[in-house]
Amino acid sequence: MTSISGKTAIVGVAESDRIGRVPDKPAIMLHAEAARAALAEAGLTKDDVDGLFTAGISTLELGEYLGIEPKVTDGTSVGGSSFVIHIAHAATAIATGRCEVALVTHGESGRSRVGMPGYPSSRDSLRNQFETPYGLPQPAGSYAMACSRHMYEYGTTKEQLAEIAVATRKWAMLNPKAMMRDPITIADVLNSRPITWPFNLLDCCLVTDAGGAYVMTTIERAKTLRQTPIAVLGVGEGHDHAMISQMPSLTQFAARHSGARAFEMAGVTHADLDLAMIYDSFTYTVLLSLEELGFCAKGEGGAFVSNQRTAPGGDFPMNTNGGGLSYTHPGMYGMFAIIEAVRQLRHDYADQGIRQVPHCERALVHGTGGVLSSAGTAILGRV
Amino acid sequence: MTDYVKPLPQSDPITAPFWESLKAHAMQIQRCNDTGKFFFYPRGLSPFTLSDNISWERVSGRGVIHAFTIVYLNRAPGFSDDLPYVVALIALDEGARMMSNLIDVTPDPEHVKIGMPVEIVYDDVTADITLPRFRPIAG
Repeated sequence: MTSISGKTAIVGVAESDRIGRVPDKPAIMLHAEAARAALAEAGLTKDDVDGLFTAGISTLELGEYLGIEPKVTDGTSVGGSSFVIHIAHAATAIATGRCEVALVTHGESGRSRVGMPGYPSSRDSLRNQFETPYGLPQPAGSYAMACSRHMYEYGTTKEQLAEIAVATRKWAMLNPKAMMRDPITIADVLNSRPITWPFNLLDCCLVTDAGGAYVMTTIERAKTLRQTPIAVLGVGEGHDHAMISQMPSLTQFAARHSGARAFEMAGVTHADLDLAMIYDSFTYTVLLSLEELGFCAKGEGGAFVSNQRTAPGGDFPMNTNGGGLSYTHPGMYGMFAIIEAVRQLRHDYADQGIRQVPHCERALVHGTGGVLSSAGTAILGRV
Repeated sequence: MTDYVKPLPQSDPITAPFWESLKAHAMQIQRCNDTGKFFFYPRGLSPFTLSDNISWERVSGRGVIHAFTIVYLNRAPGFSDDLPYVVALIALDEGARMMSNLIDVTPDPEHVKIGMPVEIVYDDVTADITLPRFRPIAG
């Protein structure tokens, strides 16, 4: 198989003009603002775009709103991992010459619920037959259930989960765009309102309004553009269930495959990485992902994140924007993990002290979608 | 029983025998006759082999708690009055897994344990719908 490793690059990234609480903008405008800003950052226009990718809404609506008629269209929509998977699909389309400039957008009015697509579900849908009648809140209940099994099999504790929330908040305190910037302690997490055992409020991501976008092109063209190009070195994707009751093993998920595929394509090892951006819908999502991606042995995720190892100044920089837990989480957060990885790799924060991960040359971005259902992993690097 | 306000399932042509078996208080799920393995939810073919060689079988209604959560917050109609309550995945003795509620237990992680043996309780929530709940097996 011809490898697409290193053939394409991300050349522009942006959030919507405002994120957090944006009650005056419908979701599609959050897509549009981010698209406009990411193209401007790259030094490109909408007329350069010939590949269009999004999730949550149709590429038909997106193309119509932006006046873009793409040669390649891809609406892969498998939850919050979708935008990481779009890196893989766009890289393939660009590397094989089917398009040259790919625009990938996200936008959700998760908090204000302005212009959001409905959730059509009939009473005879499989979820409404076999899960909904029992009152499991989604997605918090599903992730909590999976976490209960990890605690049972490996002795993982609520204190270990709380370590992730506390470390992530410390990064958010360095990010002016983050919604939650007050310091918290492990005791604060354990004493916050119980939601779905074993999760308390501070184990759960925010619900915000936000859009995001990135632009990709060939590595050759990327070198002629305005920003430091960030190459796509390796990608992987997968999924193995839709409903938590159907998850083959509650303590394993598709990240073990998407991660292995990305590492193999990139030809790098864990020790070669300087930054990990790991989707944090819940504290447990991170702990499980770290194991499944091979950063530690199975069952040792709790020990791995202990002693604030992932906090600023720790030896494992992770979720340096403050994550879905403290920065922003409009519903499908994966886009924002990508944006932060690119900015760290470009050294955009070089004048902001510990906000910039030192010597950041390679980063792993991991997205999780659904209820631990889908996984997308990308390894990105400076050229 | 007409005041039941929580979401009710509606069967489809494939799943109807399951819901009818609950109404009869004699739960049936499907087995793949190629592999001998039970599966759930009901499907029109075997998820193991994609074969039509499947059959409905009466099952014991016994199993163990495979995973669970205790729900403290749910604004959906009907559930707020029940908080906190337990939602669990039940590993049936026959091998398949299903979601349900654990009842007749203190909703606290000190009292709900993974591996705890449970048995089915048929809950006739309306004249047409019976939901499977589970309770700890005494002793």
